[in-house]
Amino acid sequence: MPSAFALAWHQYRLERRMFWRNPTAAFFNFGFPLLFLALFGAIFSGDQESLDVIVPGIAGMAVMSTTFSALAHNLVFLREQGVLKRMRGTPLPEGSYLGGVFANAVTNAVIQILIVVVAGKLFFHLDWPKDWLELAVYVAAGVTCLAALGVAWAHVIPNFDAAPAYVNIVFLPAIFISGVFYDVENSPSFLRDIAQALPLTHLIDGLSGALVTGSSIADNLSGLVVIAVWAAAGIVLAVRGFSWESRRA
Amino acid sequence: MARVPSPPAILVRDLRKSYGEVEAVRGIDFEVAPGEVFGLLGPNGAGKTTTTEILEGYRSRTSGIVSVLGHDPEQRARELRARVGIVLQSSGMYRHIGVREAVAHFARLYPRPRDVDEVLALAGLTGKEDALARTLSGGQARRLDFALAAQALCDRVAIVKEGRIVAEGPPASLGASSSRYRVTWRDEHGELQAREVEDPTALLHQLTSAALARGAALQDLHVSRPSLEDVYLELTAEAAVEEAELHA
Repeated sequence: MPSAFALAWHQYRLERRMFWRNPTAAFFNFGFPLLFLALFGAIFSGDQESLDVIVPGIAGMAVMSTTFSALAHNLVFLREQGVLKRMRGTPLPEGSYLGGVFANAVTNAVIQILIVVVAGKLFFHLDWPKDWLELAVYVAAGVTCLAALGVAWAHVIPNFDAAPAYVNIVFLPAIFISGVFYDVENSPSFLRDIAQALPLTHLIDGLSGALVTGSSIADNLSGLVVIAVWAAAGIVLAVRGFSWESRRA
Repeated sequence: MARVPSPPAILVRDLRKSYGEVEAVRGIDFEVAPGEVFGLLGPNGAGKTTTTEILEGYRSRTSGIVSVLGHDPEQRARELRARVGIVLQSSGMYRHIGVREAVAHFARLYPRPRDVDEVLALAGLTGKEDALARTLSGGQARRLDFALAAQALCDRVAIVKEGRIVAEGPPASLGASSSRYRVTWRDEHGELQAREVEDPTALLHQLTSAALARGAALQDLHVSRPSLEDVYLELTAEAAVEEAELHA
């Protein structure tokens, strides 16, 4: 019997091929953060203080769109199409399948982070990341947390037609409240309190530390704890609620 | 030579399954011998899908004994799934996967897979190897389902109705249509007529004689046997309706 790890790798490679097989989707996936960077780069041109907020903000948004949004959306599609049920009927262990799907989302997140880092260096007068380890730690924590929440959210979405609305009702408020486009410190206090409870805010803080300010992991430790709590809740909900078949109502 | 009795590949004893108040399966018993191909037929809502999905390990049972290749399918052992091929009622597949790519991918999931080209030829997908799943016609998609599992003609079928087996035996003896001819023609009033018969000789003689006696041409005469594919597609289409109702 092939090992669970070998099968996860095999599934991962299939997921990567499937991703690139749909070139327009891949283009927009990677074009999205670039478009936002270009827009806000134009808006805040010459305003380095704002650019220093925007670049890590877009990096955090990229992590959320490639993990939370993409997984919630894709899993609902695969569930509704019967692909999940079919895969479950094979000797492929469930963990290997989901591991391959997860690694696929992580790969997209990493590619987008690299795009944002390079664009930051080339166009937005940012230096190369000040702390690569901190960047890696926060990206790892962020993808784990937001991927788990995406899988959990897929369970709430009743069908594929409803998926975009369900994804956006979380994604759009999250990116605004969590300070993708402005410094959270400048928002009204009630929004600031909400922001402090959200994982994306702390992910962006951590990315800001790694990419811009140079503050260390130790300075943002409480933020990592918030992300970890959300990750733990997300994993429990993702595993508990996971459904391999669509409910037919 | 004395035949050594081997344990059944599938054993079902007093299988029951309720969905809330609804008793979908009400005490089903059957056995399938190793190497035997067994079919389960029945009208909508009979309990076919529920029974099959319990055997596949997709669904838990309310009570009864179920053994597939010596395993309780509810435990979902990998060793069991490695030996079982499943053709599902709806053919969900990655939209952008190629036919050969899909067969090769699935082959990798099994410990001793069949040769990919052999499977493609067996399923009648030769020449379609590079087509993407989303471009396949309905019939070709079912062939891909077939290629991703395994399938053969039934040695024996059981007919299920309202959660119980009402008939069981070789397909021919149950009139499972493959031994019958379908004759269609246009009668003297121009109406299309159809009849199914074991042997069309007498009917054809009668029709041609009548036409000769009238001195008119016998129009739109067709004599056909349902192909295996016709029967299979008919059954799967019916079963799909059944599952939709079951979950409603």
